[in-house]
Amino acid sequence: MSVNVMTLPLSVPAADRPLVRIVIVGHVDHGKSTLIGRLLHETGGIPAQKIDQLKAMSARRGMPFEWSFLLDSLQAERDQGITIDTSQIRFRTPSRDIILIDAPGHAEFLRNMITGAAQADAALLLIDAAEGVRDQTRRHGYLLHLLGVKQVTVVVNKMDRVDFAEPAFRAIESEITAYLADLGVRASTVIPISAREGDGVSERGERTPWYAGPTVLEALDGFEPARAPQDLALRLPVQAVYKFDDRRIVAGRIETGSLKVGEEIVFQPSGKTAVVKTIESWPVPAAGKEKTLLNAGAAAAITLDREIFVERGEIVSTPASRPHAARRLRVRLFWLADEPLETGTVVIARLATSESRATVAAVHEVVDPGHLSTFESKSIGRNQVGEVELVLSRPIAADPHGLNPRTGRVALELGGRIAGGGLVISVLDGEATRAEPRNITPVSSAMTEEERVGRFGHEGAVVWLTGLSGSGKSTLARALERRLFHRGGMATLLDGDTLRAGLNSDLGFSDADRAENNRRLAEVANFLKNLGHLVLVAAVSPSAAARAKVRAIVGDRFFEVHVATPLDVCEARDPKGLYAKARAGEIRGFTGIDAPYEAPTAAELVIENDKLDPSAGVDRLEAMLAQAGVFRRPFSAGDDAGL
Amino acid sequence: MATADDRLDELEAQSIYIFREAFARMKRMALLWSLGKDSNVMIWLARKAFLGHVPFPVLHVDTGKKFKEMYAFRDHYGKEWNLDLRVDPCPPLEQMDPTLPPATRSAARKTEGLKLALEKYGFDAVVAGIRRDEEATRAKERVFSPRGLEGDWNVREQPPEFWDHFNATLPAGAHLRVHPILHWTELDIWAYTKREGIPVIPLYFSKDGKRYRSLGDEDITFPVKSEAATIDEILLELATTKVPERSGRAMDHEAEDSFERLRVAGYL
Ligand SMILES: Nc1nc2c(ncn2[C@@H]2O[C@H](COP(=O)(O)OP(=O)(O)OP(=O)(O)O)[C@@H](O)[C@H]2O)c(=O)[nH]1
Ligand SMILES: [Mg+2]
Repeated sequence: MSVNVMTLPLSVPAADRPLVRIVIVGHVDHGKSTLIGRLLHETGGIPAQKIDQLKAMSARRGMPFEWSFLLDSLQAERDQGITIDTSQIRFRTPSRDIILIDAPGHAEFLRNMITGAAQADAALLLIDAAEGVRDQTRRHGYLLHLLGVKQVTVVVNKMDRVDFAEPAFRAIESEITAYLADLGVRASTVIPISAREGDGVSERGERTPWYAGPTVLEALDGFEPARAPQDLALRLPVQAVYKFDDRRIVAGRIETGSLKVGEEIVFQPSGKTAVVKTIESWPVPAAGKEKTLLNAGAAAAITLDREIFVERGEIVSTPASRPHAARRLRVRLFWLADEPLETGTVVIARLATSESRATVAAVHEVVDPGHLSTFESKSIGRNQVGEVELVLSRPIAADPHGLNPRTGRVALELGGRIAGGGLVISVLDGEATRAEPRNITPVSSAMTEEERVGRFGHEGAVVWLTGLSGSGKSTLARALERRLFHRGGMATLLDGDTLRAGLNSDLGFSDADRAENNRRLAEVANFLKNLGHLVLVAAVSPSAAARAKVRAIVGDRFFEVHVATPLDVCEARDPKGLYAKARAGEIRGFTGIDAPYEAPTAAELVIENDKLDPSAGVDRLEAMLAQAGVFRRPFSAGDDAGL
Repeated sequence: MATADDRLDELEAQSIYIFREAFARMKRMALLWSLGKDSNVMIWLARKAFLGHVPFPVLHVDTGKKFKEMYAFRDHYGKEWNLDLRVDPCPPLEQMDPTLPPATRSAARKTEGLKLALEKYGFDAVVAGIRRDEEATRAKERVFSPRGLEGDWNVREQPPEFWDHFNATLPAGAHLRVHPILHWTELDIWAYTKREGIPVIPLYFSKDGKRYRSLGDEDITFPVKSEAATIDEILLELATTKVPERSGRAMDHEAEDSFERLRVAGYL
């Protein structure tokens, strides 16, 4: 509906009018949609043509004129006289532009009420004067609080049904204000109205002479837009890292605080640090006109002063005020799915742009906000509220809600569908991270890349040999290492097993530990690459995803080599006797036996080792490096003294 | 005090966020380009989100009955904006549900054309430029709107969506509709078009006392009375008009439920 008109005088010029989002909530049938229709009508927002249509729709269904049909646009809604899904409409008060959000009152559609109310800056809680406070009145009041809607006005509707009697109004007024006060919500006013007949909506009701407070329209005109959280610490959740051209751009939205060019930032949970080099934008600004500052709410795209591997889900902050790298959260949540949330339930937790599998470790307190009864329970049923402890499968950056409402709340997904949401009450296990110490200033090497190339005769590169145990990775790597060494090159062997003895001795063979093992190998390999080394990594690295991450960490001059020896050949060789042990059940999760090996689909090179003699494999590795231009002085095969 | 510029900045930032979320979470997405004012703003927003690039195909599901000015616009800006443009035809009218009223039936061709294109390219998400203020069933849309296997909209079972967390998990073969400008109004679109200098098809401007407020197929779209011949005049007109934006779109008005039926079946 294009409803742009307003006959009321506008006290504030269009350009400076704040935009306020207001949701109307309350029990089913108490008159929420009717009030919205009426408000629009009384402020001149409904064209005459539309009124005629509404009349026809009502008549067709044998009903008196229904204002609610303006918003209840679905056939099922009109036929049953009930709102199913939330809707929005624009509207103006003398000093505000307003988005009115209609929400359904039926418990069946609580998920839709939440969808609407979560966007609101303020709320009207509507109560039928004849029915009084009901289940959904309480539940919605409770959820407003949880959703962080702080400005609430109560409207007692259908006063015509109680003959505009003051005592009926006062009884409801005291019940609801006491209830809301218990929740910590202060209702700014309680207004008696008849939405259908128009008393108290935009005009003072003559039939409520005992009431001296504002009309609904005046109350709406007094709501404030929620302020952008500018004064909180910087939080910029990473949505993606783009490389459409030669720039590597970190993109996301600044949830709170602000960000400046030249500022030192830290990414959580990885703990990596960098300095903001530029703020990118399109259309490209004229030289000298580039942005140097972004505030809360802005879409950000930045480049960094150094090449670090960061990913979607991490949160940018300043080193002095960073979010936790949380592994365990206590969350106060509402639950919307049919299946209850219980100890042991596994969900996907989403916080800003991060996601992690999360297991419910404990359920603490369950409330049925319809009846405001708290009870001991091991499970949280549909439309109930409760507190749980979530154990995350990998750390994510999080804040307690009290410190930062934007990065202190999570949505939970069950079976691929959002099923609940809640506030982070506390971070129970937030290792202060494996962060580099604060105020770190990476010291760059004294030599330039060209100096190193001049000495070693080659650029730095990483050759990553992946393949089954016993496939011949280490043998090949050692042979290549020796050949390069003989030619004055700087070759360094990183063997997965060898590093497990020291650097990685804290890691086992779970999926997570294997991924971490790969990550560390990749970081070390990359470090050496940047110092000009030809790094030869020999590691089973069975997971395609983990190898993709390795590739991302190392970046350019990375060569994935699949040493593709068939399983039966490896098992027959069994140099370390491991296959025998795995077959005997002494080792669990052994790659190729009871754990998968995901062969690369786009490796730079595949060496079918069982069909080649060792020096032929090394020749092929060398040819690959030569072709990629890694060697800077001729390394002819003829001067090979090593093999 | 918030200014009109701040308001546009806020709208823009929200749209960019939605674009980036969709691109991060979906495997194969495409943007539906209807050549009108809304989808032109959308392409502009995509280029803002991706720093000058539109890193996914742009699909024009062509009824073959658009105004010649629209085709000229498509061919010109498809090149100038460096779009990966795919043009796919719609099936003939005879194949459409004969119980639909005539203009609605004609519009249904677009739904079917879209289904065929989705199948052909295997897109799992399409970005569409619908807005809440256009029409009352669109006002009930989600930002990420999962569709059934037939492209159908199960309006009674929409998933919850809050705090900018979107539902992006789909059964195989189904697709997602992404709505980055759902929260914009017609007025916003024009104010932004003006501020950013986005090109506009001249049919939107008054000629002989009439202009098009919404562009669709030539045979079921009609101009409205208007003297607005510049964007500034359009902005003034919109501040006072009582005529709904889609009043010139015949299929919206044939029956109380004609548009809902179209949309439930997968229309935009
Ligand atoms: N007598 C009387 N009836 C009213 C008043 N306001 C609304 N109604 C009637 O109450 C019924 C329900 O109104 P709706 O506006 O649909 O109620 P709702 O709160 O939007 O209901 P849901 O959205 O389904 O939760 C309709 O038949 C209205 O005409 C009023 O002030 N007085
Ligand atoms: Mg309603």
